[in-house]
Amino acid sequence: MRRVAVIGVGITEFGELWDSSFRKLGIGAGMSAVSDAKISADQIEALFVGNMSAGRFIRQEHVAALIADYSGIARDHIPATRVEAAGASGGIALRQGFMAVASGLHDIVVVGGAEKMTDVSDIESSMIQSSAADQEWETELGATFPGLHALMATRHMHDYGTTREQLADVAVKNHRHGALNPKAQFRREINRDVVLRSPMVASPLRIFDCAPSSDGAATVVLCPLDMAKEFTDSPVEIVGSGQASDSLGLHHRKDICTMGATRAATERAFKMAGLSQKDVDVAEVHDNFTISEIIAIEDLGFFPKGEGGKATEEGLTSFDGDVVVNTSGGLKARGDPIGATGVAQAVEIVSQLRGTADKRQVKDAEVGLTQNIGGTGATAVVHLFRRV
Amino acid sequence: MATAPRFWRENPSRYNMVGFKCNSCGKFYFPPRIICPLCHRKSVGKTEPVKMKGTGAIFSFTEIHEGMDEHNVQKPYIVAMVELDEGVKVTGQVIDCDVCDLSIGTRVRATLRKLSEEGSAGVIHYGYKFVPVRENGERPGDE
Amino acid sequence: MKGVGIVSYGAYVPHFRIVPDEIGKVWGVDGKAMGKGLMISSKSVPAPDEDTITISVEAARNMMSRCDVDPKDIGALYVGSESHPYAVKPSGAIVAEAIEAAPDLTVADFEFACKAGTAAMQACMGLVGAGMVKYAVAIGADTSQGAPGDALEYSASAGGAAFLIGAEKVIATIDDTYSYTTDTPDFWRREGQLYPRHGGRFTGEPAYFKHVISGGKMLLERTGMSPEDYTYAVFHQPNGKFPTRAAKQLGFSAEQIKASLLVPQIGNTYSGAVPLGLAAILDEAKPGDRIFAVAYGSGAGSDAFDITVTDEMATFKREAAPTLNELMANPKYLDYATYAKFKGVIAKERD
Repeated sequence: MRRVAVIGVGITEFGELWDSSFRKLGIGAGMSAVSDAKISADQIEALFVGNMSAGRFIRQEHVAALIADYSGIARDHIPATRVEAAGASGGIALRQGFMAVASGLHDIVVVGGAEKMTDVSDIESSMIQSSAADQEWETELGATFPGLHALMATRHMHDYGTTREQLADVAVKNHRHGALNPKAQFRREINRDVVLRSPMVASPLRIFDCAPSSDGAATVVLCPLDMAKEFTDSPVEIVGSGQASDSLGLHHRKDICTMGATRAATERAFKMAGLSQKDVDVAEVHDNFTISEIIAIEDLGFFPKGEGGKATEEGLTSFDGDVVVNTSGGLKARGDPIGATGVAQAVEIVSQLRGTADKRQVKDAEVGLTQNIGGTGATAVVHLFRRV
Repeated sequence: MATAPRFWRENPSRYNMVGFKCNSCGKFYFPPRIICPLCHRKSVGKTEPVKMKGTGAIFSFTEIHEGMDEHNVQKPYIVAMVELDEGVKVTGQVIDCDVCDLSIGTRVRATLRKLSEEGSAGVIHYGYKFVPVRENGERPGDE
Repeated sequence: MKGVGIVSYGAYVPHFRIVPDEIGKVWGVDGKAMGKGLMISSKSVPAPDEDTITISVEAARNMMSRCDVDPKDIGALYVGSESHPYAVKPSGAIVAEAIEAAPDLTVADFEFACKAGTAAMQACMGLVGAGMVKYAVAIGADTSQGAPGDALEYSASAGGAAFLIGAEKVIATIDDTYSYTTDTPDFWRREGQLYPRHGGRFTGEPAYFKHVISGGKMLLERTGMSPEDYTYAVFHQPNGKFPTRAAKQLGFSAEQIKASLLVPQIGNTYSGAVPLGLAAILDEAKPGDRIFAVAYGSGAGSDAFDITVTDEMATFKREAAPTLNELMANPKYLDYATYAKFKGVIAKERD
């Protein structure tokens, strides 16, 4: 297996981008990554696109071909593949690109992720997001996507004494981080009261416990590590990649406060990298809801089960903490254009490890991690990155 | 939009909570599966449809304030994960009660209600929802 | 008909109520006085996810849980209602699936205004008596409609009861039945119309009273019984006044109809009314008790029944399902706005 490096990253602004179409977003992120990698279009050998539901959001399937076409790389007839794993689509696309390079099949691979969510109504958007859960046995029985996470939160509070305030602290921290990120959807700080007084979505989760609907795209360019220096002085190596699955329905998990898929993917990624949790300086985790970040930092092994809320409250996941979580603002503040999210996480970690994260730079960051989730944890993908 | 046959084929499970029992390991599953995820090929030919009693206890619950269109009239409405007495967990609405009547462990039983309808002219979908019960079968709050 | 009767029964009443005063406030009517006149202190309101089918299923499941009859031995199932959710597609087929009686049975939906449920009972008696089926299920259930602001809005409610008719282990024999039918336009609903129309005071003497009294008198004549021979009586109850007056005219006492007079608490359940009243009687009846029942349906007709509770009642698993008193206990009262939303009178536009 060849060692793989990221040699270029690109990301659009995230938010309600009324004048941007899906293809404009995808091409925008792609062009900035390709220019960052200092490669030319004809060097690209393969394209992977993470996208959850263009068919329902913009009534367009076949989006990998669309992106290849409008990027101007289709004339070379390169393989272009769409990857779908709900919220983990971007992370899994990255893993597909990683495997294509690691295997020796391709040298230069572009991995993009994109979602255009605001061309449908809020209700329609919620319905599309809920299709990541078990449509026939959860959603159609009345469960919404926030509702399923509320079930986790209710149980986490019951089993571990996690408090409503600790959930709020996740949102407060991620907004604080997002305020430092010029690409973030929400660039303003909030306090606990804002979260606790915001409208209820699914008790105990309020609107400020939920990531927004967003438009956006992100791209990374991969190549074999031994070629990386031809393109950049600051390559970042993908040292571990783990993917795992679990039951589609939340109700089939033995424990709804633990995402078994995150645990398995984490173990696989660390094993491949030969690293452990204490080596990680910065992490982008899948905080589509505040409870998700608490569960994530436990399942990733940063904190013991049940102590994620307390760790957040004590500031252990912010700057000067044990591991800085979601410097980008996370899904909560940076935004969550579903298919783009997993790739955007990689973009953030690469920026951190390159030392180009500006005001939100984690000092001397050397090892970073991304955790990207599909549905209520039916898919998890974890990547480990190291500064070269 | 859902179509009639897609719902119709699940009627036994939607109406009567017909699940699946693996006679290789003895475990119950709901909804029915094709094979037992524990016994794999060993379960082939050794599974049977089994009707859940429909009684159980709330494992977790939430009151939903932002829901789908079809639930507008009921908002806010309660959704729970229920651990059935067969040891299987299922998700469904809890009705005819207030969220303050409920806690983790509250006993419930399944009943049949309208789940959704395909507009005013389309097919109506029926399925299980849960109502709280006390041990004697009465509703909570009954004296 | 010898030996044919009720093997089991089950009832259902929705959890929600509204009081006449709350309705009157909206329409500038003295609702309290209206309620007093109708002898209705509250009426049941179906939840937005309830309809005649879900009410029928709940009643039928309560019925099945009180007996050991194999649902596969049910040869016929009829649902009587004037609020079948589908104009075309049988309510009964869904009920039959829900109690696992399908597919080896005959099913049809009945409609005869408020007496469709008792008409279904008669059909079941015939099939069982003729030996065509071992067991048959008759259900009377409604989520009745009263137009906003109409007098019916103070009474039109929801509920239903199911009866398992058979010839073995019957808890009550149905010794005789008689029906009286004429063409009388006192109340109707045209195809495609949301709400029924009625003839106001015409619904009284020439309609309800003529048919209930004629049907009741004829049954007494046929059976040679007199009112005092009965422990209980139940009459169709569109309000509290009508059955009270009809009972008196036929010679029944207030005490005899007390157990079955549910209308003050739950309103007019239409096709559910006599079936629910009968269920309330069976909730407390003892072996040997005699029951006199007259249902009324607009349009118009009456079905009268002479019923005797058997010794089987002593060992009947009545406690396996809730009684009417339990079903009616601790309701939740709605304000008019919520009621209007539940009834679909006001609706949020869908995206």
